[in-house]
Amino acid sequence: MAAIQDETARLIGLFKNAGAEPIGADILQPAETLLDIYGEDIRARAYVTSDPLRGEMMLRPDFTVPIVQAHMAGGVDPARYCYAGKVFRKQELDAARPIEFEQVGYEVFASASPAEADAEVFALISEALAGLPVRASTGDLGILTAAVRGLQTSEARKAALLRHLWRPKRFLSLLARFCGEGEMSAERKRLLEAEDPFVNVGEAVGVRSRKEVIDRLVRLREEASTPPISHGEREMIDALLGLKQTSKDALSHLRDIAVDLPAIASAVDRFAQRLEALAERGVDVDALQFEGSYGRTTLEYYDGFVFGFYAGDADAPVLATGGRYDALTAVLGKGRAIPAVGGVIRPAEVAALREAAR
Amino acid sequence: MIKLGVPSKGRLMDKTFDWFGKHGLTLEKSGADREYAGRVEGIDGVELVLLSAGEIPRELAAGRIHLGVTGSDLVREKIAGWQSQVQELALLGFGGADLILAVPQGWVDVETLDDLDAAAAAFRKVHGFRMRIATKYHRLVRDYLREHGVADYQLVDSQGATEGTVKNETAEVVADITSTGETLRANGLRILDAPVVHASQATLFQSLTADVSDTERQTLRDIKSRLSI
Repeated sequence: MAAIQDETARLIGLFKNAGAEPIGADILQPAETLLDIYGEDIRARAYVTSDPLRGEMMLRPDFTVPIVQAHMAGGVDPARYCYAGKVFRKQELDAARPIEFEQVGYEVFASASPAEADAEVFALISEALAGLPVRASTGDLGILTAAVRGLQTSEARKAALLRHLWRPKRFLSLLARFCGEGEMSAERKRLLEAEDPFVNVGEAVGVRSRKEVIDRLVRLREEASTPPISHGEREMIDALLGLKQTSKDALSHLRDIAVDLPAIASAVDRFAQRLEALAERGVDVDALQFEGSYGRTTLEYYDGFVFGFYAGDADAPVLATGGRYDALTAVLGKGRAIPAVGGVIRPAEVAALREAAR
Repeated sequence: MIKLGVPSKGRLMDKTFDWFGKHGLTLEKSGADREYAGRVEGIDGVELVLLSAGEIPRELAAGRIHLGVTGSDLVREKIAGWQSQVQELALLGFGGADLILAVPQGWVDVETLDDLDAAAAAFRKVHGFRMRIATKYHRLVRDYLREHGVADYQLVDSQGATEGTVKNETAEVVADITSTGETLRANGLRILDAPVVHASQATLFQSLTADVSDTERQTLRDIKSRLSI
């Protein structure tokens, strides 16, 4: 316990020295906001309770959302925040995992030079873990997003793919369908060709109106007449998703892909700028792991640079995670947005690793 | 003493009694008809505990009964990480019912889970809230929809008359147990063309958390050999 407190104090000190202003967040957060951001799945991971006047509340599952809200309500640009406190997570499958644990975090809100801010956060967290046997993984959801936006296909398909960026299985099945795999069912064909698709279904019941059904039938017909995404484009997406190499090799690989998929060029430039900024801060980018699919399987809101630090192989405890979440600031900003990046460390895991390494 | 929990009334109780009877174990309600006490004949060291089917999962998980008969849907819904707390010993072949998703018949554009997901995205844009699915099976439905990559929905609790929620505009979709589908049709609903969320049937479970003495372990072995499991 004392070791965790010491670790927390050390990390907060480090983050303050880097220019961060301490900030807090209520333990009880309105459930509605979190549900709207994370979807229903968050109920399986966060404790829900209720207040007679405020309705459903959640024990905070993380700090990012309340801190973004606080910043969007009147923060300056640039702003740096640090915080320490407990987060609460239900553990349905493994009773050995903690249901409450300390997090110490650092967040940067800054319009200028996102690559610099990315490097600042990563380097600071890396410095905080210096001397420990850790392994870092990184990724960049901005590159994948740019690749999807650049596909030669309909906006509806791009929107559907982007919506499922964080659900890899769903993403792949959509991509396969848009590439022309699988036949349309006979029933669906009949429906789209029917003069009156509403034979024998009676009056519309419920909130979703008949007009909404008709609108979707229009979109389904448009989709049916959209040519498939080309084999070449699909191979490029597969290549992006399959990348798993050092950042230096990944950069040259990405430059190659960008020749055929120019839409990702500026995202790749940003990746290159980030690597430069990281190198300037002393990070060994030649050895830094990059994975094209990193950051896609968590219940998160990251949409650019993503990273994690681990105490060994893939199953080892996570010591720290972080990433860029520009879109989240727009969602919570009520019309305003600001580029933002941050990371959290779990002091209990760090203290345990320090103890084990001794 | 091995405690065997079985449903305390109705067809589920009668059929459970029949099933054990066929295997040479006679279960009987003792005393007056309204009294929830019973006994097991044909074997020593087994006590009959009559409980509501809905409470049997909890009692198994807590280790207060060693064996229990209840719906497989209830065990999956009520016990987090059920496989680590109870073990399925035998499917009893009755009490079958499917947990399914149903949408209004007028949703001609929604046949599959793919469609449901796309309709949910459009619905949220139009109405400003996530499409509501009425159910009492929150865990099962949430796990199923996550597995199939459906997003932009919310579960609303419905403990009864779930099929009516669409007409009453408190939900857009229902996830409910159906044995025939007639109630769904009567309420203007249609079953989605998708794998069932769960095909439930009455099942004999063994608690993995209950304490077992050497004598009790031998009794359990005897029961299992009688039941050929």
